[in-house]
Amino acid sequence: MKQFLSFVRKEFYHVFRDSKTLLMLFGIPIVLIVLFGFAVTNEIKNAKIVVCDYAKDPASQEIVHKLSVSETFHLDKTLLSYSQMEEAFKKENIKLAIIFPANFYKDLLHLNKAQVQIIADGSDPNTANTLTNYAISVIMEYQQKLMQDNNIPYSIAPEIRMLYNPELKGAINFVPGIMALVLLLVCVLMTAVSIVREKEAGTMEVLLVSPFSPFMVIISKAIPYLVLSLINLAVILILSVTLLGMPINGSVWLLVAESTLFIICALSLGLLISNVTQSQQTAMLLAVMGMMLPTMLFTGFMFPLENMPKALQIFSNIVPSKWYYIIVKSIMIKGLGFSAIWKETLILFGATCFFLVVSLRSFKIRLS
Amino acid sequence: MENEKKIGNGKLKVENGENTFSIFNSQLSTVIKADKLTKRFGDFIAANEVTFEVYAGEIFGFLGANGAGKTTAMKMLCGLSTPSSGNATTAGFDVYRQTEQIKKHIGYMSQKFSLYEDLTVIENIQFFGGIYGLSDKHLKEKSNELIETLGLKNEAKKLVASLPLGWKQKLAFSVAVLHEPKIVFLDEPTGGVDPVTRRQFWDLIYQAADRGITIFVTTHYMDEAEYCNRISIMVDGVIEALDTPANLKQQYSATSMDEVFYKLARGAKRSE
Repeated sequence: MKQFLSFVRKEFYHVFRDSKTLLMLFGIPIVLIVLFGFAVTNEIKNAKIVVCDYAKDPASQEIVHKLSVSETFHLDKTLLSYSQMEEAFKKENIKLAIIFPANFYKDLLHLNKAQVQIIADGSDPNTANTLTNYAISVIMEYQQKLMQDNNIPYSIAPEIRMLYNPELKGAINFVPGIMALVLLLVCVLMTAVSIVREKEAGTMEVLLVSPFSPFMVIISKAIPYLVLSLINLAVILILSVTLLGMPINGSVWLLVAESTLFIICALSLGLLISNVTQSQQTAMLLAVMGMMLPTMLFTGFMFPLENMPKALQIFSNIVPSKWYYIIVKSIMIKGLGFSAIWKETLILFGATCFFLVVSLRSFKIRLS
Repeated sequence: MENEKKIGNGKLKVENGENTFSIFNSQLSTVIKADKLTKRFGDFIAANEVTFEVYAGEIFGFLGANGAGKTTAMKMLCGLSTPSSGNATTAGFDVYRQTEQIKKHIGYMSQKFSLYEDLTVIENIQFFGGIYGLSDKHLKEKSNELIETLGLKNEAKKLVASLPLGWKQKLAFSVAVLHEPKIVFLDEPTGGVDPVTRRQFWDLIYQAADRGITIFVTTHYMDEAEYCNRISIMVDGVIEALDTPANLKQQYSATSMDEVFYKLARGAKRSE
């Protein structure tokens, strides 16, 4: 036990003295969360729009006001002519334009229907789609109100409704993916690099000649990183809840337990990498290429798995992060309990056992 | 297993192939005994029927060109690698079955500098003391004593990375014998160090030998070979010569160990 404590203390010295390690450990998660949470989400904030209002009546004014107070839009300016608007698209990075024809309010009152034109910058289809939908919903809201007040059936726009994500929050889908990505990357990288570093420095040999058993070397390597990863998990969750307004609808403890399982899986993958590599650079490269890419591609949080060729869909099943992603989504967003995710948990558990056995075996083989 | 040998006129005979060597000593106890120790990697025989004995308290030089099989032989004796055939005991323990016991009774200093650069001097001492299971009290006494003898009082709380190479190596050696092992294995311990520092390093080795620790050292430096009580020279996985430096020089009618080594090693077919 004393041997073990000496070892664990040493590992913590390594981590806290190496700014690179610290950066990897805590910098990566924070950067990724902020990056994906704010910058790379589907959620759009402060998109520049212009309004071309030929009507200038109470109806158009109110809709423009509603658009301008929304966080999604940033009303750049009100234009006077169609040609000015074309210019704005070309030169000023305008995402959306809304054109009210003359007699907008009059048409609405007398003919019960009026037209409004929405023009979006189609070069970014996703953004265009989102913004258009949102603008329509603002206009619809106004029409709804008008209808209720006057009890006259004014023209009805198509209804848009979104399950789980009524405010079009991108973070909700990204956070579980980021959790899988960060935990995997950090755990694999940390263990692989810390073991390979000892190999490089020659201290591994000294450890193996010591009476401290090889198995214990591995365990004492893994424990500090398990602890640090759990701290990491806490940081990610706190950031997601406070910064991104992400809910945790299910049990936090279930989430922690499932995450621990995933972390152990990642640690054994790290051990496996450390056994087949001789230098820190190779280990890092392998960890990033071998872990980050499959996680980004095959968990389904960036690219929908349903759209992939069948072969890739089948391949995605051997990526442990896919199952973890499903588990986290089920717990955090859908608020489901263990009974709903036992199958995924079992698969993850199986994968963990597999990697653990393979890596421990390869570690032993390397010894002899 | 015979641990003690007493031979009439004080000469001890060591059988090795066709050669017969002798050493002057009246009472010897064996701490390492290798008998036809062999390690094969597929077709390649890294160590071929290596046979020798090392006696308590002696400084035993293990010489050979790169790729001659020194490290392989040493790893087997440390319990790091299982022999393909043959027998050996280290500190009286069998290299096949009692590797855990062996590890408790040996110290080891690797070719690469084997301390943690990002830990302070005192933290390194405490870590290695810790994994060898020294008690807190004992460890404290030991580390104070060690820092005192090495004159590292002002550096105790500095990172090892900031020490000059010579001091690092002295520290690494002291850490390797911290738990007072029966034998300490030194794998090319003085690589890249200037002759003065090397000489100082050897003072430490003599001190340890005086305390009764057996020294098993591999080296490339022939001046270091002269410091050993006995040396063996390995060529292509086989021990070609084994005796005191003086006897070897006489036997190969050479004026220096350099010459002896050259005469033996130039026939080597293997090199790295």
